[in-house]
Amino acid sequence: MSDTSAAEPRHEVNLVVNGVPRSATVPARRLLSDFLRHDLGLTGTHTGCEHGVCGACTVLVTGAGRSDDEGVSGRPIRSCLQFAVMYDGAEITTVEGCTRPDGELGPVQQAFQDCHGLQCGFCTPGFVTTITAYLEENPSPSEEEAREAISGNLCRCTGYQNIVASVLRAAELKSEEVGG
Amino acid sequence: MKPSGFTYHRPQTVDEALDVLGRVGPEGKVLAGGQSLVPMMNMRLAAPAELIDINRLTALDYVQVEGDGAGAAVRVGATARHTTVERDTAAFTVLPLLRQALSHVAHSTIRNQGTTVGSLVHADPAGEMTAVLALLDGSVEVRSAHGARCVSASDFFVGPLESCLEPDELATSAVFPVPEGRSGSAWLEVARRHGDYAVCGVGAVLRLDGDARVVAARTGYISVDATPVVLDLGEVIGRVPYDTADWDAAGRYAAAQLQPEGDIHASAAYRRQLAGVLTSRALSAAARHALARHDIMTEVPQ
Repeated sequence: MSDTSAAEPRHEVNLVVNGVPRSATVPARRLLSDFLRHDLGLTGTHTGCEHGVCGACTVLVTGAGRSDDEGVSGRPIRSCLQFAVMYDGAEITTVEGCTRPDGELGPVQQAFQDCHGLQCGFCTPGFVTTITAYLEENPSPSEEEAREAISGNLCRCTGYQNIVASVLRAAELKSEEVGG
Repeated sequence: MKPSGFTYHRPQTVDEALDVLGRVGPEGKVLAGGQSLVPMMNMRLAAPAELIDINRLTALDYVQVEGDGAGAAVRVGATARHTTVERDTAAFTVLPLLRQALSHVAHSTIRNQGTTVGSLVHADPAGEMTAVLALLDGSVEVRSAHGARCVSASDFFVGPLESCLEPDELATSAVFPVPEGRSGSAWLEVARRHGDYAVCGVGAVLRLDGDARVVAARTGYISVDATPVVLDLGEVIGRVPYDTADWDAAGRYAAAQLQPEGDIHASAAYRRQLAGVLTSRALSAAARHALARHDIMTEVPQ
């Protein structure tokens, strides 16, 4: 990256992203969001505000020294508010990892398509990761709970109605999968 | 927005962390959840030369209920996340105010990473947990390579975004005492959106006797001053049955005691009005909460 001087110490970061071991050597100040986008080329994670307000950069993490990981497949966090070096040894799921194993759209992604839950798509990666984690905790949310679940993510296009509908639709799709 | 460069330290033990803090001095800054510090670094409002990442100090990742009766308290370790505290069943049972207030701290994604002790050290006058600690007469355990001390909430918060921590010190845990007797609590706030910084937030802890009379009432405030404010409203309310208490008068009294300032979100007068109204509502809610928790109604002759 051009923003780092040659003198700045660099740290090797090894982690698993979407099930694939990845590695890069970066300065300590490299944000996890920039690490995913620039160093690993995973541009699905979007950076909007870069101070934790908009939620577009939300990714799911486990590992990194946390003791409350048991039974959790991924905890949503703001990747713009973390340094990549903190996540050495961690496992991360980005929006690219929210697909089905065969690469087809995952249930949350499918629900967004079904319900017109996106327009420009900038905020969508953050919504998809947030909702994916939320539905593991609460597989059948009410409309009010769905609205609360997405309250930390900003969308400038949809007015949120279709995103709330997408949460409910994704829950439906997931339960059909389990039922079927 | 990108942070400026820093030297990164990742101690594996508390002693190692204290050693690093002692060596780097005032250039050092502790990184826990980073939900307040990293935005400030991204905007370059903060540019620490040395960053000490304590996230691997798993020994400090705990929430525990200590003691029972008069000395009971909930102790929260420095790397325990807001979410962990919020969901801890034992802590909720003895001290529901923690969950009541935490549900207003930003959004769940932020609470997944942000730490309760970190938010205390950050000492934001809009931070819910600062007022919860003050309202409960809690304290913060602080360690350095040279020793340990326990700082009461009233001494801990020095000014806006300023705690009394010395550069070589690490806040290792916070102690939230459990209110005595038949107590109830409530946390109410007004924000532009749920999870945003509160324009005004009020916590109430109220104690009833077996005849459902008010015997103690305290309120704590955020976003009305440079540090959390606590008021004792027990005498103002008087030892009266909860259903005849004049909560509105208590609210007016509280509003008159506060000196809020105006900003782009709210004028001083509006903030004072909010503080008064939220005080009366929070007291009433805390009384009902005390009844519901302790089943006092069954002891009251109709």
